[in-house]
Amino acid sequence: MTKEKSTAFKRPDGRKVDEMRKMSAKVGIVPNADGSAMFSFGDTIAIAAVYGPRKMHPQHSQNPEKGTLRCNYSMLSFSVSDRIKPGPSRRGMEISKITEWALEPVLMLYKYPNMVIDVHINILQANASTRCAGINAAALALAHAGVPMREMVSSVSIGKLDKQLVVDLNKDEEDWEEGEGATDIPITLTQDGMLTHLQLDGKITSKELKEAIELAKKATKDIYEVQKKALKDSLNEEEDK
Amino acid sequence: MTKEKSDRKVVIPGEVIFEGEEYLPGEGTEKRENKIVAIRYGLAEESNGLVKVIAVSGVYQPRRGNVVIGKVENLTFYGWQINIDSAEGAFLPLQEVPGFVSKEELAEVMDIGDMVAAKIIGVSGRGVDLTIKLRGLGRIDEGLIIKVNSNKVPRVIGKEGSMINIIKEESGCNVTVGQNGLIWIKGEKIEEELLVKKAIEFIIERSSSHGLTEEVKEWFDKEKKEMKK
Repeated sequence: MTKEKSTAFKRPDGRKVDEMRKMSAKVGIVPNADGSAMFSFGDTIAIAAVYGPRKMHPQHSQNPEKGTLRCNYSMLSFSVSDRIKPGPSRRGMEISKITEWALEPVLMLYKYPNMVIDVHINILQANASTRCAGINAAALALAHAGVPMREMVSSVSIGKLDKQLVVDLNKDEEDWEEGEGATDIPITLTQDGMLTHLQLDGKITSKELKEAIELAKKATKDIYEVQKKALKDSLNEEEDK
Repeated sequence: MTKEKSDRKVVIPGEVIFEGEEYLPGEGTEKRENKIVAIRYGLAEESNGLVKVIAVSGVYQPRRGNVVIGKVENLTFYGWQINIDSAEGAFLPLQEVPGFVSKEELAEVMDIGDMVAAKIIGVSGRGVDLTIKLRGLGRIDEGLIIKVNSNKVPRVIGKEGSMINIIKEESGCNVTVGQNGLIWIKGEKIEEELLVKKAIEFIIERSSSHGLTEEVKEWFDKEKKEMKK
């Protein structure tokens, strides 16, 4: 029955319900950072730069038990068609915090007491799913910086358009108004299928949410392959030269 | 290089390197059930069952025995705090300085802002301990210090010091390479020091090409001709 539905359902850009936008990733794009990466879903492009681990300043913010992860998400003023005011915003602060929570479970921060790892995420171009692209880029940049990690994380947004679940929302779908409207569910997973982050605002049944997570598990497999390729290529290229 | 490729492979965090009980987890790896898993990005290497991941990026990780170049950050009653561009701070205790130093005269030996070449004698959870009780170490009074990416240091030194020896011979300068990426160049004339700086920049730029030592020799010949003109 679901199959019937999927053939009947038309997405604005003609994708299948479980089809992602074209992804690309690259590491080592910021020469002055300790680690950096770019990740894109179609027209959504995020870059992340990692600085550290380094000593936390001021001293009273140091945690002798484990290191601190500090994320900073910001959308550049030209990333959307209406210029947005640069600088910290309520939304940016929330997403920064969310990104920290999504990444922390896989980082081995206990190895860096009294230290801080700074992750700066900038959105160059936005077409929905920016936080997911940001988390993917940040995970890549952290790996590139040589920070010990239990695993990689991959993030994807699952959407519910009216009653249909779809993978990787774009802006047109995010603003879906027919039927029940759009529900956006950004999900971050490890390769073992462990959830590190799930956000949800909108209407969804618990059965559908479970389906959404299954969908995300499938989608993150593809994202992981893209991330893996980006990291491996950057070293192999250097050796081939 | 070709040999390196066959027994080293690029791994990413969470990737299974080997499966089986006969392997032991080394640096940068972890054992989960019977699998050896990488916990950092780098090149995986196996010898006699010990698996480790060699770092290829990131900040400098201090190791015992490394020679480093750092800047004096602060004086305490028991020694000097040195910034060696690593995540952890480094400490040079009074006992590790040759000769007797009175606790009141610490600043006369080294003051805040002085540069120092030192060797790492220990890395603990609390930080790095240094010594200058060896030849060639101590306060740096003259010369040129440049900074390169610490992951490129092995290239500057070359196989068994081949590259650094060429630089020393060709330029006549004394060069101390800190594993943390700081390089101290000391020559008779400033022109010679600048030549070494240029040579190191050339090496870093072309760090991934084959037969670099030969290339650097040619580069020196060319540069010297131009200098004479």
